[in-house]
Amino acid sequence: MSAPTHSAHHAPQGFIRKYVFSLDHKVIGIQYYFLGLFSVFIGMALSLLMRFHMVNPEAKVSWFASLWHTAAAGGMMTPELYLSLMTMHGTIMVFFVLTTVPQSGFGNYFLPIQIGAEDMAFPVLNMMSFWTTFIALVVMIAAFFVQGGAPLSGWTAYPPLSAAGRITGPGEGMGQTLWITSIAIFCGASLMGAINFIATVVDLRCKGMRLMRMPLTCWTWLVTAILGLLGFAVLLAAGLLLILDRTVGTSFFIPGGLMISDQIITNHKGGSPLLWQHLFWFFGHPEVYIAILPGMGVTSHLLATFARKPVFGYKAMVYAILSIGFLGFLVWGHHMFMSGMNPYSAMAFSVLTMAIGVPSAIKTFNWIGTLWGGKIHFDTAMMFSLGFVSLFVTGGLSGIFLGQPALDLYFHDTYFVVGHFHMIMGVAAIFGMFAGTFYWFPKMFGRMMNETMGKIHFYATFIGVYMIFTPMHFVGMAGNPRRYSDFTNIEYLAGLMPVHKFMTHAAYFTAAVQILFLINLFWSLWKGPKAPMNPWNSTSLEWTIPSPPPFDNFAGVHPVVNHGPYEFSVPGAPTDFIMQTDPPSVTSEG
Amino acid sequence: MSTHVTTAAAGSLWEGGRSPYLTNSKKFGMWLFIISDALTFSAMLFAYTYSRVSNPNWPTPFHFSPSIIFSSVMTFALLTSSLTMVMAVHAMNQGNRAAAARWLMATMAAGATFVGLHLTEWMNLINHEHITALGNEWGVPLFGGTFFAITGLHMTHVVIGLIYLGIICQAVST
Repeated sequence: MSAPTHSAHHAPQGFIRKYVFSLDHKVIGIQYYFLGLFSVFIGMALSLLMRFHMVNPEAKVSWFASLWHTAAAGGMMTPELYLSLMTMHGTIMVFFVLTTVPQSGFGNYFLPIQIGAEDMAFPVLNMMSFWTTFIALVVMIAAFFVQGGAPLSGWTAYPPLSAAGRITGPGEGMGQTLWITSIAIFCGASLMGAINFIATVVDLRCKGMRLMRMPLTCWTWLVTAILGLLGFAVLLAAGLLLILDRTVGTSFFIPGGLMISDQIITNHKGGSPLLWQHLFWFFGHPEVYIAILPGMGVTSHLLATFARKPVFGYKAMVYAILSIGFLGFLVWGHHMFMSGMNPYSAMAFSVLTMAIGVPSAIKTFNWIGTLWGGKIHFDTAMMFSLGFVSLFVTGGLSGIFLGQPALDLYFHDTYFVVGHFHMIMGVAAIFGMFAGTFYWFPKMFGRMMNETMGKIHFYATFIGVYMIFTPMHFVGMAGNPRRYSDFTNIEYLAGLMPVHKFMTHAAYFTAAVQILFLINLFWSLWKGPKAPMNPWNSTSLEWTIPSPPPFDNFAGVHPVVNHGPYEFSVPGAPTDFIMQTDPPSVTSEG
Repeated sequence: MSTHVTTAAAGSLWEGGRSPYLTNSKKFGMWLFIISDALTFSAMLFAYTYSRVSNPNWPTPFHFSPSIIFSSVMTFALLTSSLTMVMAVHAMNQGNRAAAARWLMATMAAGATFVGLHLTEWMNLINHEHITALGNEWGVPLFGGTFFAITGLHMTHVVIGLIYLGIICQAVST
């Protein structure tokens, strides 16, 4: 068999080629990780400002005034500024954290290694993908600094608010244009990444690594890449049309006879805001799975590793991942029950939405089945995986309510939805990232993280997020609308203010705890004890090479895989785990 | 996937589908790009259909001659470029770099013809029929908006393709 020709590049010399414009998938993965880490703290700071404003709407804070001269003149936040913070919180979290870290960060680093490849299929495309994402982030953050500030229309950018221009609000001038430009650039970056991931899985698996021997992490990265390839292609088209509406003056998303701020809009007619919603959610629903699927993969991988048992129902897990990906493209309408929809369409979307409950339940049962009777090691990485299962179930259950059109009409614009999607898409995915960080940090940086700090961080975060998001379901059921910056003067909501104060304090607490994570991360980077090659006794290929791995991962050797990814506690084997590269004779399975 | 295991890998330990060292990743990556590009254009055409259906007074001012004939010629130019591209790949497979470069240039010529004809059509619509992306004399502004947006994106797509082919052609002929 001839030598591979795919990654013919050699170890680079010099700082720029090695750490900045690197072609090495491991460096690019770390770059994505730190881009996400920067973004998540920006996003979290924005959410704290929102929670502060909700319970102190009249407060005058001097540094608000110095940050936002007009939007917080005299130190008091305007409702428009609140909406800007909300928009940028959602956008930065969804695109630059949830989409970026689990897939582009961990996926870039570990997908090639787990399938036994030297690099991604297209290293140059990989580098371009990261730097395009970086440009998208810079353009997005620039929206804060232009006249009028950041846009108000939320991460979903519903028109006509997002399309009709400056007249609809202070952030809807240059801010919104930068926003949609950034999203279009981000689409390009994600498409490059998706092509690379799919080609890598199909073409670069090492000898013996057939599809059904891939770790479940690789399966989720593959399906996530397929979702990205199809979803971001459509969002790109929608984004281009919105840019045309905003800059050229077309009317794709703007209907005629619109009256905004006491002015009749005369230069637009014939468009439909619903068209945007269709195009956006055709991307937007698969995007939810883009955020959560890699977390599911990491959780499956870690539950088996730390329970010292094979994944319960590996094939069922693979088929569940595939069917979640497929069904994800058929349910976008459940985001639009409130937008005016034929009841028969709503019923169809509702039935398909319920159908996603089946593969989701299969995964959950299989996770529990994996734990059942296992010798569970409660390391921090495992704690976060268990936390993921808990949050996934909690957030998933409220999804069943929202998938019913009759109930959704009541819940849709309340805090019930905010609680739901933060649990399942936000915090569950973040727990997947924490689990991945604690599990893979030794491999990525060659040092161990501190377990004591990790455990304290886990328990405090786990309790903290439940304290923030559980009450949201109740205030939502009580009819508390979302997106309002101030409900102190709304009589029927006055009784809920103590609950909001509780949630705000829980948010302060949870945010403060994250500093512990930062300390642990950076302390361990320099001072953590040296990591051995395989600290967790895992079976997958990344644990057969030094920590951190050499430039071409396997030092010129082409690994040969003889075993499935989860051969733990095999009777008759000398240890309780069989590496994928162990000789076939260790066990009768193959 | 295991049905593909017939050639070089038969009888070996390799069971991972096609051998990684036999597949051309770049070709596969290009197919993936085409899938995503098809989705982008599908979304644009969905937007067109949606706009047309929701505007009952959508104008249909253009008849078979000359409009459809003209655009058929444009389509013919594009389809011809597929044929010349196939010939270029064939010549390259035969190891005939000079012929491959000639066929690539023929492909670029057909693509450039398409862009030229398209710009002619645009100029005609703007200057003589008074249709722009923002309005026209029949009243539905999206009539022009959808046309210029979709064909404009398509022209961008063709022009980027021409640049890419030019780079490939340069590499083939040196």
